[in-house]
Amino acid sequence: MISASLFLISTSAEESLLPVLIAAPVGVMLLSVLFGGRAAERIALAFMPIGVVLSAALAFVVWRNNQPLVYFIGGWAPPLGVAIRADGFSSVMLVTTALVISAAGLFARGDFGMTKDRTESRAHFGFWTLLLAIWAALDCVFVGWDFFSIYVALEMLTFAAVPLVCLKGQRETFIAAMRYLLFALLGSAFYLLGATLIYAAYGALDIGVLAQKLRSEPATWVALAAMTAGLLAKTALFPLHLWLPPAHAGAAPPASAILSALVVKGSFFVIVRLWLDLAPPQMGEAPAQILAVMGAAAVFAGSIIALRQERLKLMIAYSTVAQIGYLFLMFPLVVGQHAWSGAAWTGGALQAISHAFAKAAMFLSAGLIADILGHDRISGFRGLGRIAPQSVFIFALAGLSLMGLPPSGGFNAKWLLLAASVQSGQWVWALVMVIGGLLTAGYVYRVIAPALDPIEKPPFDAHPRAWRRRSAFALTLALAAILLGFAPPEFTNLLMVGAPTAKLERAE
Amino acid sequence: MNAVTLAGLGGAVLVGLGLFGLVSNPHLLRKIVAFNVMGGGVFLLFGAVAHRGAAAGLGADPVPQALVITGIVVAFSATALAVALLLRLFKETGRPFLEDAPVAETSETDRVDG
Repeated sequence: MISASLFLISTSAEESLLPVLIAAPVGVMLLSVLFGGRAAERIALAFMPIGVVLSAALAFVVWRNNQPLVYFIGGWAPPLGVAIRADGFSSVMLVTTALVISAAGLFARGDFGMTKDRTESRAHFGFWTLLLAIWAALDCVFVGWDFFSIYVALEMLTFAAVPLVCLKGQRETFIAAMRYLLFALLGSAFYLLGATLIYAAYGALDIGVLAQKLRSEPATWVALAAMTAGLLAKTALFPLHLWLPPAHAGAAPPASAILSALVVKGSFFVIVRLWLDLAPPQMGEAPAQILAVMGAAAVFAGSIIALRQERLKLMIAYSTVAQIGYLFLMFPLVVGQHAWSGAAWTGGALQAISHAFAKAAMFLSAGLIADILGHDRISGFRGLGRIAPQSVFIFALAGLSLMGLPPSGGFNAKWLLLAASVQSGQWVWALVMVIGGLLTAGYVYRVIAPALDPIEKPPFDAHPRAWRRRSAFALTLALAAILLGFAPPEFTNLLMVGAPTAKLERAE
Repeated sequence: MNAVTLAGLGGAVLVGLGLFGLVSNPHLLRKIVAFNVMGGGVFLLFGAVAHRGAAAGLGADPVPQALVITGIVVAFSATALAVALLLRLFKETGRPFLEDAPVAETSETDRVDG
């Protein structure tokens, strides 16, 4: 009896992790607005370990309980109340968010840190506050379990991400930010329209309640199509990617890292919720194929345009366009309760995470390279490896994971997706992945090859001290992408908690 | 045709008009206004949906009203951010357009790429 009541108490303590996970970054962000300036940086840096521990604790609880954690706000259960929920995929995304934001934030002390000889500026204050805002918004997206909360969370994400693009205050970045905002606003209007139609048809917005009720009828199709179109604009899936390269390439390196690694995953995550968690499998079949065709187009177009870029940061941004495409290949492989769905689910989730780490590391290494050379033109990289071996090494490690070479998280992700596509007889997606991997190798090689060119005297001087400490944070992210390749089976078990394919045993 | 159907249809028309304006008009301020028209259409649609609650014996379903209020706050914030960004953009470039929009007869050509 006593042990039962103790169990209940501990259960409620576990559940309360969920609201704390949202409230903590929001509260800390408000604090940094309140104290401003110099304090904003300290507050953000102080929150980082707390945020990492909170998300890790949540992931541990979800893994140990082997079932999703659900919390009813105010004790009211849906359909009347609002639920927040963390399953395996969301808790892994939460941990990734915490780690990438922390590493990028520590790296950013070089760009936005307050030193004695620097005067306080709006960009410094803005960066640290927006960092916390993005963190809070992403946490909300990943634990959101009803479409209106997710709408508000996605809007918060946009409002925090857009100013981050133009913090440097250059003319081009304002144009990029404006274009980004317009795409995002169009996307959110479409999303809200779809959510309205869902509510009109079923009188509910909670994903769990809706999943029981959803029928294949015209209203549902129109609603889901509108929501998906809006989310695709925010995710920048080809051909709605036009805003992404200038926005991600124009921002400061730590901001680019967060935008490319995490922000686009927020709306992708909601598309997964829509078509894999909510829609019944027989309804998801055709849209999954369409999404994957767009994904394949993104892999080809993004990679080929990346191959033609002169500037390193633009090349990395186009690589993001391509890697987003990979994410969408998971839909036709996961949908339905097939033997290969579990492998495809794990592969898709792993791709989202390993791309987050690898791409953040890549943008940070590009920032280091630009600091050393004073430019980021790929044609001027000859001999770079001699004066900036760390930066080139970080770039190469990240590239390894993006290409999908073992050992790396990217390899495991692509291997699982490849296996699923072969097993399901959908060979075409396997072909897309293989060709995409070759193209990725092409644009990574374009950077590495001249950098490793053994020339006698590099045409530039090194300034070693400034970036040695910062490169450690970028290296940590790149190593994380590699280490994901050695993830133990427990990690897969965690990803399968609450997955749409959870009923199946883990497919190898 | 009763009032609710009219409200729903009106919302649909506003969404269509707003979408057209947002896509077709190069002037950024007009795009922002068009976004608000489109948002207004969605809110009106939500209002029409609220009437379904009447079937349950209530005057109207209160949930959409709560959602619309939140939605208006979000749209207001979005508009404020967009207008602030537009003002800064105008200060930097002197034109309320994105770079690839039609250029006036005398334009700065000092932009350097690479």
